[in-house]
Amino acid sequence: MSHVANSKGRGGFIAGFLILPLALYLTFVIWPYIQTFGYSFTNWTGQSPTFDFVGLDNYSALLKDEVFRGALLHNLLLLVFVPTVTILISLFFAFMLNAGGRSGAGGVKGVAGSALYKVIYFFPQVLSLAILAVLFGAVYRSDEGGLLNGFLTKLGLVDPAHPIEWLNQPNFVLWCLLLVVVWHGVGFYLVLFSAAMQSVPKDIYEAALLDGAGRAQTFFKVTLPLLWDSVQTSAVYLGIAAMDMFVLVSTMTSGQFGGGPDHHSEVMATVLMRNFLYFGKAGYACAMGVVMLVLTLILSAITLRATRREHVEF
Amino acid sequence: MTTVVKAPGEAAAEKRSAASGQPRGKSKSGSDGMVLNVFSHGFLAVWGILIILPLIWLVLGSFKTDVQIGESALSWPANWHFDAFPRAWDKGIGSYFANTLIVMVFSVPLTMLLGSMAAYVLARYPFRGNRPIYYFFVSGAMFPVFLALVPLFFMVKRLDMLNTFQGLILVYVAYSMPFTVFFMHSFFRTLPTAVHEAAVIDGASHTRIFFQVMMPMAKPGLISVGIFNVLGQWNQYILPSVLMQPQTGSDPERYMLTQGLIQLQYQMGYETDLPVLFAGVTIAMIPMLVVYLSFQRQIQAGLTSATLK
Repeated sequence: MSHVANSKGRGGFIAGFLILPLALYLTFVIWPYIQTFGYSFTNWTGQSPTFDFVGLDNYSALLKDEVFRGALLHNLLLLVFVPTVTILISLFFAFMLNAGGRSGAGGVKGVAGSALYKVIYFFPQVLSLAILAVLFGAVYRSDEGGLLNGFLTKLGLVDPAHPIEWLNQPNFVLWCLLLVVVWHGVGFYLVLFSAAMQSVPKDIYEAALLDGAGRAQTFFKVTLPLLWDSVQTSAVYLGIAAMDMFVLVSTMTSGQFGGGPDHHSEVMATVLMRNFLYFGKAGYACAMGVVMLVLTLILSAITLRATRREHVEF
Repeated sequence: MTTVVKAPGEAAAEKRSAASGQPRGKSKSGSDGMVLNVFSHGFLAVWGILIILPLIWLVLGSFKTDVQIGESALSWPANWHFDAFPRAWDKGIGSYFANTLIVMVFSVPLTMLLGSMAAYVLARYPFRGNRPIYYFFVSGAMFPVFLALVPLFFMVKRLDMLNTFQGLILVYVAYSMPFTVFFMHSFFRTLPTAVHEAAVIDGASHTRIFFQVMMPMAKPGLISVGIFNVLGQWNQYILPSVLMQPQTGSDPERYMLTQGLIQLQYQMGYETDLPVLFAGVTIAMIPMLVVYLSFQRQIQAGLTSATLK
């Protein structure tokens, strides 16, 4: 590398290769990120070219904004449930796939056909959220034509004359959306955990088996500690997804940019978009963006700290 | 957990050896394993059905009539109507599909080229400011896109590129930069220096070495990150829904496919023609299914390794 590093035309080459990517990235990503902080201290409407500096007014208005506070609460609820439910189900299935088979002389084995299961489970991951929104909009339909109501009617659990209005029930709507996120995510995290499990050397399992450990014991004492890094990473990713939720809420629930019924499914992202594109409060929307950033950073820090364990080398 | 990305052949070979390598010895704890096996297959099958059933149900819906869809969810198409597909195509799905393709024909190669260029220089040329620039690129992946939306809209507006393909292309490329640079950076670092040095001794220029030596060698990495970018940009919804709105009444609709589907959902809600909506979703799903089934090993490996790094 040394003479490469010193050869002719090196400086120009480096600059030439970096300038375009950097320029694009600065213009469309970094500069808007920075500007958001500035705009969040103004009363800019987005329409007029002029605006005033209003200090922390937007932030104090946010604190009093009932809708935003509700949205924040919903985001926090999702923040707890989306990672917990998704990770538990994916861990369970990943363990089933890799150690749920018959135990043979060779030690614990995965079930037959685990590759096929993985192919099927992972598929939702490549579908766009827009497709999921339409699909589950149809599944949750409030008449017998909806898959869920159709099934429940067939089983006699729902009165055909009064099917359940899943997405219009204030108490259900958020959980209905949670199910979509879990349905979408499990396959991905299962594959992720599965890959991590397969990178654990087989002899560790064999040693545990020889020592007389059962499957449950093997899972909690051997597998889980070795997977801890991936579980932790997954919690952060799922937490970030739970802070967003824009596509599903805005397209599946009622109201301008979703959030209905009566703000029961509101999340911060939908409130932000409504204030920006519908109410024309660009400065106020920017303040919400900053709050979302701060919460995301806090969340990542907490997750990484709370889940910190001795790193296991193998 | 460094390089989980494998060539398909390699991965398949590994799978074969995993399947045959272990002796299928007699069941030691026979009944225990048996019960557990049935138990695990039971759970696994139920989840499999939960994934597939709604998708098949939706596709079947595009062959039904609107009345039949509304009457009962569990009916089999009475008469197989195929006309919802051409109707969905004419309702805009065709042009939304074309719009998405036009954008991606430019955005994906440009992402790969610019991302690789930056990653290559940052990975293999030590210079002052190298680390800060690298972290600068990678840090973009940490922030929620909502943080940038409002100023981004006005930035694109100022450049007179709202509701234009070139505007969206540039924005897609910029927002794909963090992941692409991150991934290709670690890939270029693993390539041997000997080949590079040989090329230098032969008198090849830096640029020529990049295009004729390094890029071909980085092909497996390029494929993985390429698939990731195709999936990410194809499925993008928030960026186009802010940037691709007709600005005046006479502006053409340059919706992306994801936006178009949501648009179709609203429209069909009024016109009560659900088979058209279902057919539209089916059309949108087919390319993803094809891409996924052809590259599923690489997709799974690529996405997981990217997350774990």
